[in-house]
Parts: sequence; structure tokens; C-alpha cells
Amino acid sequence: MNYVYLSALLFSIGAAGVLLRRNAIVVFMCVELMLNATNLAFVAFARMQGNLDGQVIAFFVMVVAAAEVVIGLAIIVTIFRTRRSTSVDGANLLKY
Amino acid sequence: MSTATALTTLAAGTDTGTGEAVVFWLLAPIAVLASFGMLFSKKAVHSALMLAATMLCLAVLYIAQDAPFLGVVQVVVYTGAVMMLFLFVLMLVGVDSGDSLVETLRGQRVAAVLAALGFGALLIFSLGDAVVTNTGLDEANSDGNVQDLANLIFSRYVFAFEVTSALLITAALGAMILAHRERHEHRPNQRELSEQRFRSGIHPAPLPGPGVYARHNAVDTPALLPDGSPAEVSLSRVLIARGDVRRSPGAELAVPGDDENAHLSGGDDG
Repeated sequence: MNYVYLSALLFSIGAAGVLLRRNAIVVFMCVELMLNATNLAFVAFARMQGNLDGQVIAFFVMVVAAAEVVIGLAIIVTIFRTRRSTSVDGANLLKY
Repeated sequence: MSTATALTTLAAGTDTGTGEAVVFWLLAPIAVLASFGMLFSKKAVHSALMLAATMLCLAVLYIAQDAPFLGVVQVVVYTGAVMMLFLFVLMLVGVDSGDSLVETLRGQRVAAVLAALGFGALLIFSLGDAVVTNTGLDEANSDGNVQDLANLIFSRYVFAFEVTSALLITAALGAMILAHRERHEHRPNQRELSEQRFRSGIHPAPLPGPGVYARHNAVDTPALLPDGSPAEVSLSRVLIARGDVRRSPGAELAVPGDDENAHLSGGDDG
């Protein structure tokens, strides 16, 4: 059960990072931390329930996270190329 | 006999064994501290290293929870591939891309901290009401964790597995398309670059090397201009951004009223 508390704590820290930080790469790292926290919760629940479905879901989360990192970092590189900055405040052309 | 069975049922019913509790209480504070470090460190590279520490702690915690396959995958995929990608992009973007600390939305920081605290409290206090069963994975892992996971993935979850392959191919294609840059104008050759350099007239010659006319010729020591002031252009931009610039020892001679300067000139007189 302690694992689930740890997972909730890490998820909140990641959410705070997404809201607080302005550098797009650091925001992305915080998203990764949130995904990791959910994985920890999945593994803990799998053990509590006594079946492996949670671990399978955590495995799929890892795969999706890897794909997401690839695409997200490619988008960040593209934005950096056009705007010379990775600040999330810089990308405001779709604002209005 | 009956005491032995009672002990085993008691051991199966408890939350964690002693060794696992030690591992948890050793690694969980490290993970939390490292994630706080990731949140508060100013440089993105430090954030990346802190995140890698958190992920390693989580990998050990997976292994402690009867998920050795996921623990190994966590090390290989997250701390290996994903963090390598992060560091690679940091290298592309430049280490000097710091975070601006100016608040663009008023009160956003306070609101964000409040929202995160409230969300965490909601999660943690709602967990207190949860009914916990601790079945354990001994039965589910009877053939070994990897074999049983494979049995599940290739039977019940086989469709999700196939869809995952489509997702990975799409991600690879998307990354290639996003990172590809079409060159519309022709690439300037050396002659055109040289002509452009002379036309702009700022630096027809190459930039000064570090340490010229200074007492060191190390790369972190700026060259000295004829008036004795350090030349910023002689240093690498990355070194300036990292704050690794050594003050040129020769530059002190040009500072009037400096103690060392007075001492040196006095020595000259004597």
C-alpha cells in the first residue's frame, strides 16, 4: 500500500512541475515522471490483486511513453528551430 | 505443524517483508527527493539526471514487487533510451536555454502549487479509505514472471500488442517527418560564405582564440584585447553559458586601483 502512496506523491510532483516549469524539455520530463508514477501504481495493484494484468498494462504504458517521447522531442526540436527557444510561452501562434 | 502454517499465513498476509520494507524506505525518500530536485533545479541537464535517479529507484522498487521483467525494461527503456533522447535533445537545443523566471501570468505559480498540493492531498486521503487485499504474485508468477507475462501478452492482450507495433511505426515515421528539414535555397559554398563575411565587415578574420595575450592559453581563459579587457568572442558560447569562464589573470593589470596592480607596479619601480 505504501507503493501507492509513493506513486500518488510522485504523480503530484510531476503535475506541479508541468504547471510550474516553462522550459518545454523540463515539462516533458515531468510528464515522464507522472507516467512512471502510474506505472508504479499499476505494479502495486497487480501485486495486491494477485494477477499479472497490471504488469501487462504497465508494459504497454512504457511502450506508449517511449513513442510519445520520440514525437514530443521531435516537436520540441522543430519549435526550437523556428523560434530559437524552448520556452512554452514562445509558442503562441495558435492562441487566438 | 499448526504454528508453522499459522506463521506462513501470517507472513503471506503482512504487507511487506522486512527486507522489502528496508528497500522501500531507503529508495522511496531518494526517489521523492530526486523528483523534487528535478522540479527545482535551474539547469535542464540537472533535471534530467535527477529524473534518471528517480527512474532507477522505481526500477528497483518494481523488482522488489515481483516484477523483475518490468524492472529490467524500466532500466533499459527509461534510463537508457528515453533519458538518452532527452540528453541528446538538450545537446541540440543548447545547454544555455535556461528557464525564464519571469511570471507571465500573475498568480500562476501560487495557483499551480495550490493545485498540485490539493490534487496530491485528494489522491492520498482518498487512498486511506481503500480496501486493500494482499494476494501476492506467487501464484500468478508460478511459471516465472517473464513466461507468465508472455502468456498474457500473446493471448489476451495480443491485439493491443499488434496495435502497439503500428503505434511504434507511426511514431518513428512522425519523428522522421518532424525532424526533417527541406532545404529550399541552395547551400552556400565556401566562396559565398567568405564574401558574405567580408561584406558584413564585423569579423573578416577568424574569431580570436582563447588565451591570446593572456597568461594562460586554456580554452576557458578569454583573450585580452589591446586595452587589456577580456574579449568575450574568444570563448565558446557554451562555456559562457555554463559559467565555466576563468577570469584572465592578465586582465587584472588593466584594472586601475586594484591592490594586486599596485603591488605589481611597485615591484616594477623597485
